[in-house]
Amino acid sequence: MTATSSTRSARRRAPARSARARDEARLGWLLAGPAFVVMLAVTAYPILQAVYESLFNNRLTAPDDRAFVGLKNYGVVLTDPVFWRSLWVTTFIMLVTVLIELVLGFALALVMHRALTRLRGLLRTAILVPYGIITVVSAFAWFYAFDITSGYVNTWFDWVPGVGPDLNWFASQGTSLFVIIASEVWKTTPFISLLLLAGLAQVPGDLEEAARVDGATPWQVFARVIVPNMKAAIMVAVLFRALDAFRIFDNVFIMTNGANGTEVLSLLAYRQSISRLEIGLGSTISVLLFLCVILICFVAIRLFRVDLASARGEK
Amino acid sequence: MGVLSKRQRVWWTVITVLVLLYALFPVASIAATSFKSSAELNSGQMLPSSPTLANYEQILVGSAQELFLSALRNSIGISLISTVIAVVLATLAAYAIARLDFPGKRLILTTALGVSIFPVISIVTPLFNLWRTIGLYDTWPGLIIPYLSLTLPISIWTLAAFFRQIPWELEQAAQVDGATPFQAFRKAIVPLAAPGVFTTALIAFFIAWNDFVYGISLTSTSAARPVPAALAFFTGASQFEEPAGAISAAAVIVTIPVVVLVLLFQRQIVSGLTQGAVKG
Repeated sequence: MTATSSTRSARRRAPARSARARDEARLGWLLAGPAFVVMLAVTAYPILQAVYESLFNNRLTAPDDRAFVGLKNYGVVLTDPVFWRSLWVTTFIMLVTVLIELVLGFALALVMHRALTRLRGLLRTAILVPYGIITVVSAFAWFYAFDITSGYVNTWFDWVPGVGPDLNWFASQGTSLFVIIASEVWKTTPFISLLLLAGLAQVPGDLEEAARVDGATPWQVFARVIVPNMKAAIMVAVLFRALDAFRIFDNVFIMTNGANGTEVLSLLAYRQSISRLEIGLGSTISVLLFLCVILICFVAIRLFRVDLASARGEK
Repeated sequence: MGVLSKRQRVWWTVITVLVLLYALFPVASIAATSFKSSAELNSGQMLPSSPTLANYEQILVGSAQELFLSALRNSIGISLISTVIAVVLATLAAYAIARLDFPGKRLILTTALGVSIFPVISIVTPLFNLWRTIGLYDTWPGLIIPYLSLTLPISIWTLAAFFRQIPWELEQAAQVDGATPFQAFRKAIVPLAAPGVFTTALIAFFIAWNDFVYGISLTSTSAARPVPAALAFFTGASQFEEPAGAISAAAVIVTIPVVVLVLLFQRQIVSGLTQGAVKG
């Protein structure tokens, strides 16, 4: 698609803006302003409120004890092993899911890319089903399949060492995380594979052809031609999935509710604020979670040079 | 690609079956659970030996009817309203971004990007507090407003990408041919823009329909509790009854519209998802 080159010309424009440009700017903000204001109102305002609240010792069950404590809440959270454990669990889930999904998503994208037109619609429809399904529903589906009373996985896979009729998947950390990660991967791989499919479409076909003529093996074509040509798409897909996985909440809540060392950061924040009404501590965790997201973005953009603008058709 | 050789045909069949299994097995699994009677729930088998509609009866006309149908009503209403608001605002913004040249264009797109990666739970705590003070807790508007943080950014991105591809010169061309400005817009531009707007609405609706965090944090009764949250808090008809069957039945019912929409509009959904993300 053609990228907009108009912003370029805008920079070259003489500083004295013509009346027409002024009118255009006014109309532009008139049209786009409401959306902009709404976005800020529903996110920037609450996060600033959370920063403010995190400086107070505030428990809704004892509203009269509300007092300014400065950074004490941060001290409490950052010295608590519970926080570090949930940060670690969240990071672990994020890394593992993104890795598996990248491989699986690439496989699915290549299948869709190479498929005949007849099959393409069918494959795309099938792949979109997990994307469209409510996360909570997918969590229940996986939970009931593995659950010790209502599940059938133990019966089906009793030939696997360690799996038997009395294996409770949700009773220990390793097995719980396995099911949580499986459900997360199932639900979100379609999204990554569609982004990669769009990236595949951008790889010039004659390059692949040329490599093949020169005697490259399929693997070489993939590693030396396809991947380098869609680096931007891969990076954007990975960054988006990573940030999304870092916010994981729904399936953990349904399957284990954070028991047996599966508590993730979002769940910890939820438990502090909504269940225990510790608004001060809950806000503190919320702010720290927000900082983690910013940090991941920053690392991705600096370290891997994810150029969001170019990949998203912005110039 | 020309005609497939026999070997290739076998390969493609295998691959297609594998992809279908991957995508549909969990859905089949929960559907199978929904037809099990409570006696059969712990049979250790996937398929029920004597399928029953008891679970569907329970949630549609039986003891759990009020709970499920009110959640369904809330989900449909809240998701639709927040989708409509988001798409209207995003259409205006995307039109400006695609057609006009004004300072701050990049800022709006960057903000949308920032909002879309925002950890939802981070703003739940302050909203929870604020809503209880101003009386929006456990109401429809109390969910519609935060849902905009989910639906609006993606709508802006997707629509801006769609609108960039519209040949806007058509409008001038129509006016040169003697159409009034309004006619030119309606006859030349609207038919081209409508599919993008519709696709965006579909994706935004999916996202709102999927929400769980806001749903459980900002509601407490059936007044505004959406389906995903209601499912999480659903207990059996009595404490001796396993709710798995009823939950599965409810899950199947809310999955049907998703599957139907995907079947009807898979092409548009794919183009919409990839449009907003990568140069299409």
